Amino acid sequence: MCLAIPGKVLEIDLTVQPAMGKVSFGGIQKKVCLEWMPDVKVGDYVIVHVGFAISKLNEEEALETLKLFDELDGSLDELKLPDPEEPR
Amino acid sequence: MKYIDEFRDASIANKYADAIRSITTRPWTLMEICGGQTHTIVKFGIEELLPPEITLVHGPGCPVCVTPIEILDKAMAIASTPGVIFTSFGDMLRVPGSSKDLLMVKAEGSDVRMVYSPLDAVKIAHMNPQKKVVFFAVGFETTAPANAMSVWQAERLGLKNFSILCSHVLVPPAMEALLSSPNNRVQGFLAAGHVCTVMGYEEYIPLAEKYSVPIVVTGFEPLDILQGVYMAVRQLEEGRREVENQYARSVKKEGNVPARELISRIFKITDRKWRGMGEIPSSGLTLREEFAAYDAEKVFDVATITAEESAACIAGLVLQGLKKPYECPAFGGECTPEHPLGAPMVSSEGACAAYYHYGRINGGRGVRAMGVGR
Ligand code: SF4
Repeated sequence: MCLAIPGKVLEIDLTVQPAMGKVSFGGIQKKVCLEWMPDVKVGDYVIVHVGFAISKLNEEEALETLKLFDELDGSLDELKLPDPEEPR
Repeated sequence: MKYIDEFRDASIANKYADAIRSITTRPWTLMEICGGQTHTIVKFGIEELLPPEITLVHGPGCPVCVTPIEILDKAMAIASTPGVIFTSFGDMLRVPGSSKDLLMVKAEGSDVRMVYSPLDAVKIAHMNPQKKVVFFAVGFETTAPANAMSVWQAERLGLKNFSILCSHVLVPPAMEALLSSPNNRVQGFLAAGHVCTVMGYEEYIPLAEKYSVPIVVTGFEPLDILQGVYMAVRQLEEGRREVENQYARSVKKEGNVPARELISRIFKITDRKWRGMGEIPSSGLTLREEFAAYDAEKVFDVATITAEESAACIAGLVLQGLKKPYECPAFGGECTPEHPLGAPMVSSEGACAAYYHYGRINGGRGVRAMGVGR
């Protein structure tokens, strides 16, 4: 029930109350309430829970997190001591 | 960016596992709060990737699991009332009350309907003016704004035949109850990313300080969990005890402000009983007086119903992280997803169901991790 998943906004309708829209989850489309997404645009990704968008995913922050993965990669390589058995 | 596959990369998962191993010098016990995170951990075999020093215990973050049995009995009493359409999220329908569940009530001829969104329940009320429509409003902070919206919408439409049976719970008071218990063994938390998406994480800062415990706001994909564990372990090893945000792509410090505003317009804080944990002060939400007309406990005469939990079920200990599901004598025998004795076996986010479903019957170390294993 607490499941909340990312989807891509396809349509926005601000003329209804509460504001609604259409969101695609890997091809499956659902009507979603966008009332709490004041600055959402078509093409944005939102996290949807029980038919309500609760956040707009921030691409910069996502890239930042993924960059941390990469950096971790780098720092581990630095830490790794050369294996004497390994042919060079 | 699809926000899913990027966070499921198996080679990065293994690198994170190595990184956690390289910084861990002694045993640490971490608790993930949310049932969705428990599900990811068990499904992707995250525990098997971690060094043996790290123990993950599964917290009380499944609303289905912590809803007290007497609310279920009240739900069934209301659902059995003639002229009522009782609506609920699907996973509440099979949670056992003291003698039956909502599906059995439906089989007996009552009008019990599963809805995907609370707004669907409002629509049903709008279309059936001659019926009383009740929505079973359970959930944590993540679900609270959606359930608040159902009341706001019913009022906007002038509906007189809609009410909610409200059993909302709040995460920080439950964390405090765990931390202040003499049995507590949790040394660090992965806070629930979607609860924080709505509420932000300012309220965790005093908790981290008071109980000297790292709290890392964490997402739900395998790499989110591994990074959350890494951040919590690094804090513990470095002697820091802070609130950090791993899930910044969704969580802002202040949360979702319009959603929070709607919660506080419709609901107020109240004491709440948790299944297996007893009453926790200021740990729930209930309707404000102005919205009493939408309170199903007042509309229907169910306030006096009380009930006791099944003695065989140790859900309380499981939900506090004191026992693993497979340590319950009923696990997999008397209690299975087909015949659940307790709520954690019903919901897909419940710890017992997750362990049962993914075959973690003995602690599972050495079981090949699915998806991200080597
Ligand atoms: S296995 Fe069943 S009886 Fe045991 S704690 Fe879990 S839900 Fe309760």
